[in-house]
Amino acid sequence: MENIQLILPEIFLSLSIMFLLIFGVFKKNSSKLVQNLSLAVLIVTAVITFNENIGINETKLFNNSIIIDYLSSLMKIITLLAAFLVLIISSNYLKIFQIFKIEYPILILSSVLGMMVMINSNDLIVFYMGLELQSLALYVLATFNRDQIKSSEAGLKYFVLSALSSGLLLYGCSLIYGFTGSTNFDVIATKLNSDVYALTFGIVFILVGLAFKISAVPFHMWAPDVYEGSPTSVTLFFTMVPKIAALTVFIRFLYVPFLNLIDQWQTILIFLSIASMLFGAIAAIGQTNLKRLVAYSSIGHVGYALAGVAVGTNDGIQSSIIYITIYVLMNLGLFSCLLMLKRDNQYYEKIDDLSGLSKNHPMLAISLLIVLFSLAGIPPLAGFFAKFYVFKAVIEQSMYFLAIVGLLSTVVAAFYYLRLIKIMYFDKEKEKYDTDHGFWLKFSLTVSTLLILIYFIFPSQLIEVVSRVNII
Amino acid sequence: MNFPIVSSLILLPSIGALFLFFTRGNKKNNFTIKYVALFASAANFLLSIYLWILFDPTTSEFQFVEERIWIKDFINYKVGVDGISILFILLTTFITPLCIISVNNSIKERLSEFLIAVLIMESFMIGVFCSLDLVIFYLFFEAGLIPMFLIIGIWGGVRRVYSAFKFFLYTLLGSVLMLVAIITIYWLNGTTDVIDLYNSGIDVKYQNLLWLAFFSSFAVKTPMWPVHTWLPDAHVEAPTAGSVLLAAILLKMAGYGFIRFSLGLFPAASEIFTPLIYTLSVIAIIFTSLIALMQEDMKKLIAYSSVAHMGYVTLGIFTIQQQGIEGSIIQMISHGLVSAALFLCVGVVYDRMHSRLINTYGGIVSIVPKYSILFMLFTLAALGLPGTSGFVGEFLILMGVFKDNFLVAVIASLGVIIGAAYMLWLYKRVVFGKLVNTELKQMFDLNRSELFILSCLAVPTLFFGFYPDPLINTIEVSISDLINQYNFKLASKI
Repeated sequence: MENIQLILPEIFLSLSIMFLLIFGVFKKNSSKLVQNLSLAVLIVTAVITFNENIGINETKLFNNSIIIDYLSSLMKIITLLAAFLVLIISSNYLKIFQIFKIEYPILILSSVLGMMVMINSNDLIVFYMGLELQSLALYVLATFNRDQIKSSEAGLKYFVLSALSSGLLLYGCSLIYGFTGSTNFDVIATKLNSDVYALTFGIVFILVGLAFKISAVPFHMWAPDVYEGSPTSVTLFFTMVPKIAALTVFIRFLYVPFLNLIDQWQTILIFLSIASMLFGAIAAIGQTNLKRLVAYSSIGHVGYALAGVAVGTNDGIQSSIIYITIYVLMNLGLFSCLLMLKRDNQYYEKIDDLSGLSKNHPMLAISLLIVLFSLAGIPPLAGFFAKFYVFKAVIEQSMYFLAIVGLLSTVVAAFYYLRLIKIMYFDKEKEKYDTDHGFWLKFSLTVSTLLILIYFIFPSQLIEVVSRVNII
Repeated sequence: MNFPIVSSLILLPSIGALFLFFTRGNKKNNFTIKYVALFASAANFLLSIYLWILFDPTTSEFQFVEERIWIKDFINYKVGVDGISILFILLTTFITPLCIISVNNSIKERLSEFLIAVLIMESFMIGVFCSLDLVIFYLFFEAGLIPMFLIIGIWGGVRRVYSAFKFFLYTLLGSVLMLVAIITIYWLNGTTDVIDLYNSGIDVKYQNLLWLAFFSSFAVKTPMWPVHTWLPDAHVEAPTAGSVLLAAILLKMAGYGFIRFSLGLFPAASEIFTPLIYTLSVIAIIFTSLIALMQEDMKKLIAYSSVAHMGYVTLGIFTIQQQGIEGSIIQMISHGLVSAALFLCVGVVYDRMHSRLINTYGGIVSIVPKYSILFMLFTLAALGLPGTSGFVGEFLILMGVFKDNFLVAVIASLGVIIGAAYMLWLYKRVVFGKLVNTELKQMFDLNRSELFILSCLAVPTLFFGFYPDPLINTIEVSISDLINQYNFKLASKI
């Protein structure tokens, strides 16, 4: 047990969750305190992860069921920071809906814990445990505004569909266990036999489950409804944080045990990627609700991240991690803007509500403009570089079809981003929105916009951080 | 040479834009805002003149090259100029201050945002002309879409939304294939550095597809027939200053790209696809000239004439003759001056009468004499009258084409006649004839700033018409070297 300090972040986080839960129950009116403590816990966990795990050579613990390496440490830190940012900007929103309760930060912490376990996993059972822990917390979060029918509906829908996909996933795990005799990724890797079709079936079932969690087409159906129905701050969480963890598992699962079966799963991933990019771009055109639009746009972006995973090289994996990082940043900016569309304690989420924003709120409009052009992938903004690295990796392996379809769908996607810009800049103005946003909301909007804007000056830094991920 | 003069050229307008961004725009300080913008762009013009003086025209090497590590082990930020690019930089820095002066009369709302967009646009355009790395080139090439989209969409005319979308999506669609090609080149040669690629050459096997990918982007941007349809829409709806930037500089990016990349990097493919370019160019010249003849909107007419003029440019480039390419570059410079002036001329009457339709006007010669004289000068320059810069370009191009292909040259020369017809007819209907519309009597002649802008454009138009030597001296060596390289690579099959 000499390596127990390697899972210190997880231990610390779980103890904190238990403590905060008890603390919150016994102390009345402690939601603000619990919120602040949770923020501190997230930061401390990130610091511990940074101190204990980064720079450590690949280490496996508990009968090789948990793996600590650079990939897992990096993704955990990204997850923790993203969760921190979500939590910090959501308090105003929750207060207005009178759902500013102690459960909210605690549920977020638990789902983050689940994600950390997922990211660490080197074993199907551990992976499944983490997945379920994060999903259970997410079901509750989706219904968090329980007095609203839409929110309850979103949670229920998410629960039913997600349970189904978990079932498929578990079935896939059992098939793999049945034919290799182990749930450990390393053992599976040594016992692979590509002649056994059942193994391929197992991979397909697990991929279906994962594609569901990451909302890739054709397993995306839940996303628009759930994103629309959930409270906006929870939607922000949905669009960012679970995707980081799911992507890591995608990478780990495909590249550790099943690297030798790349011919089998590469086609599936290419299909998922192309379908998500195209469908995300085309279906978003008809949307009138901003949150639904974001749902489709996130489906499209997942397609690009998966394109990187489909390549089968370290470059591809790195590019897809860069993609998801920049995507998280852009989404943060986008949602900070959405959370600012508030008037008389009511939030506006139709796209027409953006009308003429540039006249009433020029700074907000210009930030949103930058974020939207970046999401559309127009240089010199960060979103372009994200796509650029992915396509660089894709073209290295001569997968021209994937590259061309992906780039063409950026043109289609550009259309609906431009439509939002058109509404903001070319249309007549409406009533003004409130401007009394909290400090953190303004902070996150400014920081994310600036980072997107000036990314092109220092592009090497992010690459250097990510380039240490070498798992093949 | 320690002072990074080329980077300063790129950065200076952006710094001006940054200043404007932090100045709150209201009616009172519109004056100051304009002068800040004017100062930034005029300083940039002087800097580019300084660059031209320092520039050594006796070598075809890239000069003032700056190189910095940008993305480690992948892309270096590399800029520099040679004889071909320096003229385009001068054109850009010359036109932008004039655009900024011209906003007086046409832009009433959100002036500071408009000037920010124009200045950022200037930065990007200069970046396109001096980048020596394919990725950097692509970056600037695409980034220009953002300010132009906003210029058309915010300050444009009635159908501005449609035009802005069409402009953006057309050009984006054209460009994405170029990105695929650029990344492919990186994997083939291990670099995207233009100078290295010039030296090493690109495998002949891949050249055709790569050429087509670059072509798809440049053809939309040029614009060549049949993908020219975004241009009339964009021109008609854009505000005057936007049309000027679009016609004078944006269209030149593609012509520049053809010379720098299509000829420089893919000689074997260029040789194969020359008939395609010839055909499309000839169709563009004849077909769009005929369309221009029938236009009732002045701006649309000039827009179609731009397509025809760019047809000559592409024709001249792909003759791969000294005269042809020199002619193309002079034609682009001349078209930059003349079309800018023509759009400004349309803007002048539009600001007074709020109509661009030709039949609104007629018989204004005695009401606005100064305007009529300058408008005539630019009309004649557009149709290529000897003594104007338009003639030099067209003449050299046709000379180059005659050497290469007689039939094409004959058809292209016919286009000159149609060009003369629509320009003169436009002038006749607007300026001469009977004064029918009595409202025209209230029109006042050019004010001081308008007179200044148009004279500024008239001077080089006439000067280079009589004495094109300064231009030709600058580009001569670079072009002859380009052609030698081209023929050498073609002969040695690389």
